[in-house]
Amino acid sequence: MPDASQIVATDCGSTTTKAILIERRNGEYRLQGRGEAPTTVEAPFDDVTVGVLNAVGELEELTGQRFIGESRLRTPVAGEAGADLYLSTSSAGGGLQMLVTGVVKTMTAESAQRAALGAGAIVIDVIAVDDGREDHERVGRIRSIRPDMILMSGGTEGGTVQHLLDTAELLVAAAPRPRLGRDFRLPVIYAGNSDARAQVGEVLGDRVDLIVEENLRPQLDLENLGPAREAIHRLFLEHVMAQAPGYDKLLTWTSSPVMSTPRAVGEMVQLAAQTEQTDVLAVDIGGATTDIFSVFGGQFNRTVSANLGMSYSVGNVLAEAGADGIRRWLAMPLDEDALRNRLRNKMIRPTTIPQTRDDLLIEQAVAREALRLALAHHGALASGLKGVAQARTMADLFTQASAGETLVDMMSLGLIIGSGGILSHAPRRQQAALMLIDAFEPQGVTRLAVDSIFMMPQLGVLASVLPEAAMAVFERDCLVPLGTVIAPAGRFRDGSVVLEWQVGDERGQLRAGEFQRLPLLPGQRTQAELSPGRGIDVGAGRGRMWSGQVEGGPAGVILDGRGRPLRLPDDDSERRKKLAEWMASAGAAPGGPQ
Amino acid sequence: MGVAYTPGLRVAARALIRQERRLPLRGEVLVAQGQSVEAEQVIARAEMPGNLHTVRAAQMLHVEPQELEAHLLKHLGETVEAGEIIAQTKGLWGLFKSELRAPISGTLEEVSVASGHVRIREVPRHIEVRAHIAGRVAEVIEGEGAVIEAQGSLVQGIFGVGGERRGRLRVLAGGPDDILHRDDITDCEGGVIVGGAGADSGAIRAAAQAGAVGMVVAAVRDQALRDYVGFDIGVAITGQEPVPMTLILTEGFGELPMAGRTWDLLRSLEGQLASIDGATQIRAGVIRPEVIVTGQGAEEEVAEPEQILQVGSRVRVIRAPHFGALGHVAALPAELTEIETESAVRIALVGLDSGDEVRVPRANLETIQE
Repeated sequence: MPDASQIVATDCGSTTTKAILIERRNGEYRLQGRGEAPTTVEAPFDDVTVGVLNAVGELEELTGQRFIGESRLRTPVAGEAGADLYLSTSSAGGGLQMLVTGVVKTMTAESAQRAALGAGAIVIDVIAVDDGREDHERVGRIRSIRPDMILMSGGTEGGTVQHLLDTAELLVAAAPRPRLGRDFRLPVIYAGNSDARAQVGEVLGDRVDLIVEENLRPQLDLENLGPAREAIHRLFLEHVMAQAPGYDKLLTWTSSPVMSTPRAVGEMVQLAAQTEQTDVLAVDIGGATTDIFSVFGGQFNRTVSANLGMSYSVGNVLAEAGADGIRRWLAMPLDEDALRNRLRNKMIRPTTIPQTRDDLLIEQAVAREALRLALAHHGALASGLKGVAQARTMADLFTQASAGETLVDMMSLGLIIGSGGILSHAPRRQQAALMLIDAFEPQGVTRLAVDSIFMMPQLGVLASVLPEAAMAVFERDCLVPLGTVIAPAGRFRDGSVVLEWQVGDERGQLRAGEFQRLPLLPGQRTQAELSPGRGIDVGAGRGRMWSGQVEGGPAGVILDGRGRPLRLPDDDSERRKKLAEWMASAGAAPGGPQ
Repeated sequence: MGVAYTPGLRVAARALIRQERRLPLRGEVLVAQGQSVEAEQVIARAEMPGNLHTVRAAQMLHVEPQELEAHLLKHLGETVEAGEIIAQTKGLWGLFKSELRAPISGTLEEVSVASGHVRIREVPRHIEVRAHIAGRVAEVIEGEGAVIEAQGSLVQGIFGVGGERRGRLRVLAGGPDDILHRDDITDCEGGVIVGGAGADSGAIRAAAQAGAVGMVVAAVRDQALRDYVGFDIGVAITGQEPVPMTLILTEGFGELPMAGRTWDLLRSLEGQLASIDGATQIRAGVIRPEVIVTGQGAEEEVAEPEQILQVGSRVRVIRAPHFGALGHVAALPAELTEIETESAVRIALVGLDSGDEVRVPRANLETIQE
């Protein structure tokens, strides 16, 4: 393990390159500064390192230290200028775009999709035997998209060969061209039935750059995504990154390989789950897309909802949630026509910001729906293996556990991390907390936080070299705690006591439908003892007492007795009254008390 | 930060216009550099290979894939007609023969001994690219198309639906504040209607039914757009909607007057042949809908609109509560100011045309040319 006291890390995003400096002082790793500059992969610069030098230059100005020498980042310390470690992530140039193929849509094709998404890719299409399309439609589609690489899967070991040959022939007929670099052959990773390897190789011939990996679904009840994910990452560096302007130079500067931004975030989320021994959900909601990363029961998953976002894709949130789906979160009356026009104007002028209280509430309502839809999408893909006949026990029969069931378990979830402008830059942190609670409906005891400057990519790549340093900075400087939500779940009777609680020195009761907040400052932790009513679960099982530490934040400790699933009153005026009450209780109402 | 984002929409009475016209796949370019072209003229042509249909031949004939070739009656490259027998097994003593008929007409393109499939390609389709604007061929792009150059007027809109169309401009609104209703739509077949502030659903439908090829207005209600297109537009990439008339918005959604400069220019072009395109893309690689009328005035490069926000800049407010209002920047305070949402942002003091002075986040202003 390297000994490093000064670490510079950059994240080259599609619009901005962000640099951070981490230093070890008195044995403790802390964030010491950050700088940013526009990304320069496109004309007139055509060189990503220009943006890196500008961002690090800003860091030099702010910290008074020098890391640049002879127009490059210096590592290890040579003379005066330089850091001990320089690391970078990148999503510039549109990220890694992949086409995946499989035999059965919900089985091998879904496993391939999970492998690609987990490796940080954007999956632009999934081709499967049962995807409902004719061959010529598939060929037309493959031809029209220009992936960076293809992941081919299908057939368990000893299973189908024919379908894999069919897919290989489709690829030959379509002759897909890579997105970048006209002269290089498109990488195709074959991670299907090993019996078909030789024949698939013959069909594809030298038209593509074929890389053979272990079968990613060797048995129906077994997924083996690691080798395919590693191959994707390796090819991303060798082929895709190498085609992007300036990356060849950047790769000679870094102390370890450049990582794709989403993969780095995934590494950090996994490290956090492992260190804190809890299930973690992280969301990044942008203007165009929403990424969700999760670790449930030790299993990592990532999804990208490509058309759910706050500006460019706001029209799609409207189309998917419907105007009423968004309006239900508004505490003021607003007719559908006005809502639609406002959202459309946001879509065509994406950089505008809400100036009025109503406009802010509309954007936060849109965010709730975008987050809710993105989690539903995530839950569908982050699932157990479909197509598996399981030996069922009596306990399974009672819990209705079945093959292919989602891994997303809001009761076991211990930490939710939000990022993206609408959450990180909400005028009140309490508003971010309330959006996360309303959209995700966590159950039991869940800590809430935001990554205010989206530092998780840089910490993720650092985690591959110095995990303790990454974790220390993650806890102390990256996460901005919002507070803790306590939400009992079960069948509630109107007005009945669902929870008796003691938090620190305070104690009280929570009735069905109530929403309370106890102040607990950021950085403070206190002991909580929670006794749910009969048949109600608050994290330790039905009717069982939960005891443990809860963490404070601007939102304090929120006691959410509204029940799960959260249902809003049907009557409009009652619904608006309730929403206003909840906002006021949380200290989230603009203009109201904190 | 003295710079505010503006979409940078261009509105120019006299401009040098360059249009790159490319085929979606390689083909033949029919014009030469320096040649004059008309808007409707075909400048490049290509053959789009027909769809490839897979026939699971070996499986249907009950033979092994490697035996398939021996049973084929048609060979690679030969044309086949739909229903024609293309393969046959001998059967047992002439009995129990299996036959395979072509499901479509086309050319036998592939016989795979690996999978036992044959592939038949449909007859190719012809694709043509027209000049779209009248002008001169400035550059030939070998095998792909050409760049057409012309002098003329250019109006970029902010959002549109529907693709390229050409027709004569018909101004049907009395002024930039007028909203078109069904009864206002008269005598517009083959034309491009110019409205003022907007058009209601009835007017849009009537115009399309009357055979107008385009409509240019400041704004429409989103509901009217949905009524016209038939669905909610999800992502802001447009131009391919199956609509009979291209609709271009110059300002946005709701009720907004058309900017004076845009209105004056479009009105001055009444009766001229316009080339329009509703294609819009708002993210990276921004594409804006356009109205082009060539043959106007002397050559002059299109000037990018002034995007720097300065004291005195002419601006439009592009977000509530003063959405659509026009004015001039009176001051640009450097310090962050708390607004009603409780966010601290950089603002501008704007003297509106109505006489009021208001505080507006700089992100909510766009500079305009008047």
